[in-house]
Amino acid sequence: MTKTTNNISRRGILKGGAATAAFAAGSTLGAPMIWAQNIKDVTLRQFGTGVSNLNDVATKVKEDLGFTLEMTALDTDSVTQRAATQPNSFDIADIEYFICKKVWAAGNLQAMDTSKIDNYDKIAGTFRSGKLTPTSEIAQGTAPHTVGFTSGPNGTDFVQEESGWMTLIPTIYNADTLGIRPDLIGRPINNWSELLNPEFKGKASILDISSIGIMDMAMVVESMGEYTYPDKGNMTKEEIDLTLGLFTEAKKNGQFRAFWKSFDESVNLMASGEVVIQSMWSPAITAVRAQGIPCIYQPLEEGYRSWGGGLGISAALSGLELEAAYEYINWYLSGWVGGYLMRQGYYSAVPDTSKEFMSADEWGFWYEGKAAEGDILSPTGAKLAGAGEVRDGGSFLDRMGSVVCWNSVMDENQYMVRKWNEFIAA
Amino acid sequence: MNKLRENSALTGWLMVSPLAFVLLFFLVLPIFLIVVVSFWRATEFSIIPAFEWDNYAFLFGSPVTYTVFFNTFKYAFVTWVCTLLIGFTVAYYLAFHIRSLTWQIALFLLCTIPFWTSNIIRMISWIPFLGRNGIANSTLISWGVIDEPVEWLLFSDFAVILAFVHLYTLFMVVPIFNTMMRIDKSLIEAARDAGANGAQILWNVIIPLTKPGIMIGTIFVVTLVMGDFITVRFMSGSQSANVGRLISNDIALLQYPSASATAIILLLTVLLVIGTMLRFVDIRKEL
Repeated sequence: MTKTTNNISRRGILKGGAATAAFAAGSTLGAPMIWAQNIKDVTLRQFGTGVSNLNDVATKVKEDLGFTLEMTALDTDSVTQRAATQPNSFDIADIEYFICKKVWAAGNLQAMDTSKIDNYDKIAGTFRSGKLTPTSEIAQGTAPHTVGFTSGPNGTDFVQEESGWMTLIPTIYNADTLGIRPDLIGRPINNWSELLNPEFKGKASILDISSIGIMDMAMVVESMGEYTYPDKGNMTKEEIDLTLGLFTEAKKNGQFRAFWKSFDESVNLMASGEVVIQSMWSPAITAVRAQGIPCIYQPLEEGYRSWGGGLGISAALSGLELEAAYEYINWYLSGWVGGYLMRQGYYSAVPDTSKEFMSADEWGFWYEGKAAEGDILSPTGAKLAGAGEVRDGGSFLDRMGSVVCWNSVMDENQYMVRKWNEFIAA
Repeated sequence: MNKLRENSALTGWLMVSPLAFVLLFFLVLPIFLIVVVSFWRATEFSIIPAFEWDNYAFLFGSPVTYTVFFNTFKYAFVTWVCTLLIGFTVAYYLAFHIRSLTWQIALFLLCTIPFWTSNIIRMISWIPFLGRNGIANSTLISWGVIDEPVEWLLFSDFAVILAFVHLYTLFMVVPIFNTMMRIDKSLIEAARDAGANGAQILWNVIIPLTKPGIMIGTIFVVTLVMGDFITVRFMSGSQSANVGRLISNDIALLQYPSASATAIILLLTVLLVIGTMLRFVDIRKEL
């Protein structure tokens, strides 16, 4: 009787032990297996500006990775606001580097381990050393590499070398300039100063996003010969007053038809002919052209204003969701999205992988500045250019090589923001 | 039991307490918080508890503030005049010229139909209509009224006020129509018997009796226009500003304390305006 009991209990103990061991193995060694099964239940919430928050990306993620990506597209200021004040409302932040400079110190984003990023070595030099080519000069303003790295996993500072911990994983960048309606202007436009040319009174527009708009204004002021800034990206109070003063005067004289805040507003202003010259973003040009209306992203003598964006991970993310986020970012850099964005006129931060997802003709047109051999289509299938046409501004090196400033957050940002508010209300 | 009944004050307090609690929690507390935050300090990404007058100093120190408040009053006043004229006329027609109740109700419902769609849609639909190459301009050109497209139709104060009038006239029609329907028809007959003409009846009988309705409509329109920001932003092409836009710009730029300070000043202004209006008319007659 006792013997039996002993047997049973011994067997029971053994069984229990085995189960515990198996469970332990399952939960540690077997993690990827469980992960593979559960990943379909993961939902990542991403938000960002309309430029790269595309439903096509969410569809492709579901197809390739199996989990769900929820997208929210907001205007730039709302994006900043959400990144700074509502850390629990998102998992992935698709933001610009200047926004990162504003919100990083709030601690709502976590640093990312570059050793987990498969294509880290292929990321363009602009985002790592700051140099496009080994010899190029770094433009003024908040250049991405200056706010791209932090000191460690819990860093809230920025470091100037490749520390292995990134604040944002770069995905996208471009060189911005003025958009024009060549059919309504009827003469060449070569300088930023044309934005305030009285010839376009009541037909000009500028964007109402302070960190970007102030840089466009600075380009105009320098081009007019009114003032040359020691550093456009970091103005003094006097310089801010001067810049906004000039534009307030122009506004009162009726130079501007409207200001725009979101990308679709700029498209409507241009397509309807309300405005013939304005600050504009690349896909907005694409959208106007897709309606069959001529629109040029005019390269200007003084050079371009540039910006870069990337993906950040919410500080609240951990475990399975964090793994999924890394998986997503690796997928993002693996080429499909890059190809998609390049076909909209942006540059992918990892051009090598994007190239594999574009035809030779597309690559030649968008990246190398060659004449198109056949029709160039947008990702949605609208015709953007025909055979023989060349991209406005030419090749990647021509365009990014002529960047003179980045969208910026200045030391006097607080002051600038208030003055900007006054300019809009004036 | 008797004691409890005697203590009618206590019962009274108990009876108002649910409402008092709701008002306290959802009205007084939020406003109190806004007052508190208006004294705080803001950096680019955070707000810091403090007690300083900087936000108010900046607000009152900036000439733009006065322009913006002036603009807000201008919009409110012009919109009020327009909505009052249109609203009164519509209500008068419905109440006194339409004889059968069925038709009155049918036509009244007709007035409300545009309000079944969203505010924003009704507002934005003006943009393609008024634009440089819009329907209004092309029609005027084809009629030969003008040679060049008229610029001030869109992205101007005209466009802002047009949209306001379009959006808020119903808020004037409803209360005025309501008070007019309560006017005893025999009063009008008596006035006529006493020899008053149409204008005299309107001026001496109908307008005094509809004053509470006009006042309620006025409160609606004035508070809606003074608190609005999106109509001003869209219809002026972001070029004009009222106080609401000042606040929304501040919020967009994460300047919550400064936005709170502006909101408090706006709240006080609106309360003053309404307080003054209520001195002229006793709207309790209406209720």
